Amino acid sequence: MIRVILPAHLRTLARVNGEVKVEVKGKATQRAVLDALETSYPALRGTIRDQVTLERRAFVRFFACEQDLSQDSPDEPLPGPVAAGTEPFMIVGAMAGG
Amino acid sequence: MSGVRVLVGTRKGAFILTADGKREKWDVSGPHFGGWELYHLKGSPADPNRIYASQSSSWFGQIIQRSSDGGKTWETVGNKFAYEGAVGNHLWYDGTQRPFEFARVWHLEPSLSDPDTVYAGIQDAALYRTTDGGQTWRELPALRTHPSAGAWQPGAAGMCLHTIVLDPQTPGRIFIAISAAGVFRSDDDGKSWRPINRGLRSEQIPDPTAEVGHCVHRIAMHPSRPNVLFMQKHWDVMRSDDAGESWKDVGEGLPTDFGFPIDVHAHEPNTIYVVPIKSDSEHYVPEGKLRVYRSRTGGHEWEPLTKGLPQSHCYVNVLRDAMAVDRLDPCGVYFGTSGGQVYGSANAGDSWSAIVRDLPPVVSVEAQTLP
Repeated sequence: MIRVILPAHLRTLARVNGEVKVEVKGKATQRAVLDALETSYPALRGTIRDQVTLERRAFVRFFACEQDLSQDSPDEPLPGPVAAGTEPFMIVGAMAGG
Repeated sequence: MSGVRVLVGTRKGAFILTADGKREKWDVSGPHFGGWELYHLKGSPADPNRIYASQSSSWFGQIIQRSSDGGKTWETVGNKFAYEGAVGNHLWYDGTQRPFEFARVWHLEPSLSDPDTVYAGIQDAALYRTTDGGQTWRELPALRTHPSAGAWQPGAAGMCLHTIVLDPQTPGRIFIAISAAGVFRSDDDGKSWRPINRGLRSEQIPDPTAEVGHCVHRIAMHPSRPNVLFMQKHWDVMRSDDAGESWKDVGEGLPTDFGFPIDVHAHEPNTIYVVPIKSDSEHYVPEGKLRVYRSRTGGHEWEPLTKGLPQSHCYVNVLRDAMAVDRLDPCGVYFGTSGGQVYGSANAGDSWSAIVRDLPPVVSVEAQTLP
């Protein structure tokens, strides 16, 4: 299971508290995690990535293992500790605006 | 006893104000969806417990919320607004052509007869419809692909389709307004459209009387007289007596004819309300005085309504969707300000009081009359 930390507004939208866990079949990538997340929590569709282009929304960032993975290819494997479930995949609202 | 529910969208959440028919004591609930921008909430005329809300954020995009119990509980419904077919271009600020790109839903207009059917006006300007209670949205693409679309351009707030008026007497007739394109009418439920801007004059565009390009801020209609339309344009308050075929200026006598909202009294089709704003570069009321202006003659003759409204040191704005009327007798009138006040009048504007004073900046106000 992959651990995912959502920003507060998306936790409210998905009606969850704390971390969520998603199961990914095959290689653990950003795309696979987001696919699984949106399947489990349909209210999150369109909030992290565009529903048509599937591109990350401009003010959303992906962090893990103290690295910014936001610019990585969505099909690149996630760091081993994320795939193993020992470190979370963090979805973060960028510091911007009010 | 009948009552009123006022739906308030703000920059940081939604608020629901309820009162009985006297409209003296108000219950305030919210914030709903705290921290999100609520551009618009509107209830179904066919089922007042069915309410739709447009919730959006620069970070997390567009959400549509639906309530089936008058706003006590909400559920998310579909939020995919994909343009149909080739996206096409519109005019950008620098004179180049730019592809249409979805930003947010500005306005939700539920069907007059079916609680599951709702029209949505979006930025960049296009019209959508759901017939399954918001689960799926399909564009009515004939509007965005109109031959004039290449000449549409964004107003200061973006190129938004902000007004949708459904004709209650002529089946299939829909009026919409876009900033900055103008007013369009369909007589076949959105299958085809034509611009209806004859008589508008806008000095801010190269050809002041062009067929499209006008920054219409809002249009309003009384349901008993759907051929008569009232318009608050960027500058100018206008009236049409022929379903938009032609327009004439009825704003003389106002301290300024710039403004955003315009609305019609529930029982007097010739009584209309506007809130004059100082200018297009000074978006606040003139002279520090918050005044609603009422015309009982469908324009031309105006009276300031000031009782209960601040008459000094007031510099708020009232946005295009932030005024509404209820259908009680006497008619109630409501509006919200950029300063977070929602004012109400239970006597058609003769006197006002603040229902709430310190909300986030108000974007939209709608009133539901409850049985």
